[in-house]
Amino acid sequence: MRARALADRWLPKLVLAPTLVASTVFVYGFIALTGYLSLTPSRLMPNFEFAGLANYRDLFDLDRWWTAAANLGIFGGLFIAVSLAVGLLLAILLDQKIRLEGLLRTIYLYPMALSFIVTGTAWKWILNPGLGLEHLVQEWGFADFSFGWLVDPDMAIYCVVIAGIWQSAGFVMALFLAGLRGIDDSIIKAAQVDGASLPRIYWRIIIPSLRPVFFSTLMVVSHLAIKSFDLVMALTAGGPGYATDLPATFMYTMAFSRGQIGLGAASATIMLATVAAIVVPYLYSELRGARR
Amino acid sequence: MMARPRLSPARLLLLGALLLFALFFLAPLYVMLSASLKSMDEIRNSSLLALPASPSLQAWATAWSAACTGTDCGGLKPFFLNSLLMVLPAVGISTALGALNGYVLSKWRFRGSELLFALMLFGVFMPMQVVLLPMSQVLGWLGLASSVWGLILVHVLAGIPSTTLFFRNYYAGLPDELIKAATLDGASFWQIFRRIVLPLSAPILVVTLIWQFTNIWNDFLYGVVFSGADSKPITVGLNNLANTSSSVKEYNVDMAAAMIAGLPTLLVYALAGKYFVRGLTAGAVKG
Repeated sequence: MRARALADRWLPKLVLAPTLVASTVFVYGFIALTGYLSLTPSRLMPNFEFAGLANYRDLFDLDRWWTAAANLGIFGGLFIAVSLAVGLLLAILLDQKIRLEGLLRTIYLYPMALSFIVTGTAWKWILNPGLGLEHLVQEWGFADFSFGWLVDPDMAIYCVVIAGIWQSAGFVMALFLAGLRGIDDSIIKAAQVDGASLPRIYWRIIIPSLRPVFFSTLMVVSHLAIKSFDLVMALTAGGPGYATDLPATFMYTMAFSRGQIGLGAASATIMLATVAAIVVPYLYSELRGARR
Repeated sequence: MMARPRLSPARLLLLGALLLFALFFLAPLYVMLSASLKSMDEIRNSSLLALPASPSLQAWATAWSAACTGTDCGGLKPFFLNSLLMVLPAVGISTALGALNGYVLSKWRFRGSELLFALMLFGVFMPMQVVLLPMSQVLGWLGLASSVWGLILVHVLAGIPSTTLFFRNYYAGLPDELIKAATLDGASFWQIFRRIVLPLSAPILVVTLIWQFTNIWNDFLYGVVFSGADSKPITVGLNNLANTSSSVKEYNVDMAAAMIAGLPTLLVYALAGKYFVRGLTAGAVKG
């Protein structure tokens, strides 16, 4: 009996240990290693000499890096704002006791089950200037219509935005819908009895009470934006030139095809710092909130 | 329950808007599917939205076994098999480990276990770019570079934080009294897990399996960085196929290939969408 009590005390720790060690090394060990690599003159092969902040100086002197960072701003800003707006709109529209709700929800959400590579391949064909959308609209009688965003260095990033929103808006809808279903009906009924109109009820009561859902959705969507890699690779491969590079594709190109490991590591470290600045306070408040 | 409102103009407007959105989401799938059933001649001469005049599976057959991905022209079949070989073990192992971790972290808490969980949780959020370089070193040292086993290891490691999160949150909802009563009856750590906790785990098990399957099947980043010539997963195959520059671009084959790569996860979604949605919402961290 005592042996068993003893076993029950150390067994849980023993069960947790292997994965804990593995994931601690995987997450924190590798973060440290990448951080260190960013301070070395590594090119094709890792080189563990210390070179100070040279890679960061090079990085900040590189046009391509600033293009990638600016693209993340454009893509992230539009993608997040429009996904949230469309998702919230869809959730509110679907919350009006629609008979076909189940079917519509399934349709809005299915893109999320697809790989970004599949989405990217499909949209590349739809948006291509030869036979895609442009061809379709010309056939409808607008012979002068041209739509060459995908091959226009200034506009190609907006193609990535469109495909990204198409993929993620349904996901945002699902999160908001779950939030809407959690709101106490009696508040809404009381407001209706008081003669408030439906839009007013949404604007003044329902949307403000979605605040916590809004924040966790914002977290998830901005996280998706910062990680975006596959979609760009499939849709534009970062081109034309490097016009649609994002930090994630920049890092991949430098580290794995240009033989600039130090520079790649520096860009990865900056990505991590950006994400940590958003996520750590959020996780902290979530976990503290759960303990209360 | 309120009675269903009558069909007023506002109601018609609402339905119209919902249907328009449905069309927006369905259109790319329709275009993909119909293009994959057309010949290249028909694609050049017909509208993007036209139904295929004489549907043919020719493009599907080419995409499956004869399309060129880079220099090699064996279609997507080998990539599809690689993905299967990679996905099945990776999903199984990461789910099993997640269940054990979740069990410990919810029902056998010890000093510091919450902190450990928080540390692990950061792994759900960090940008994976930060582990790519060291991971390829470590896979090299382990002799797993460019192999399916290396990919399995990466997917298991990357998946553990989310699977642990899923199971921990689910098990936290099981009453502690259940565990206490069993302990008083002399049941051990493993007996409680096998006889009490596991039989109650069916819903979260399905959610986690589907979530992991979808994520790992759809992964491109690890696939493109860590795979070798013989272990490339389907997403890498599709991307190579669609970006192979040949004199004549065969869009019908590209679309068929995209459908083939997307079908397994679409199928899972169609059959068990409810559980997939639950995984998505659980992934949005409810502490």
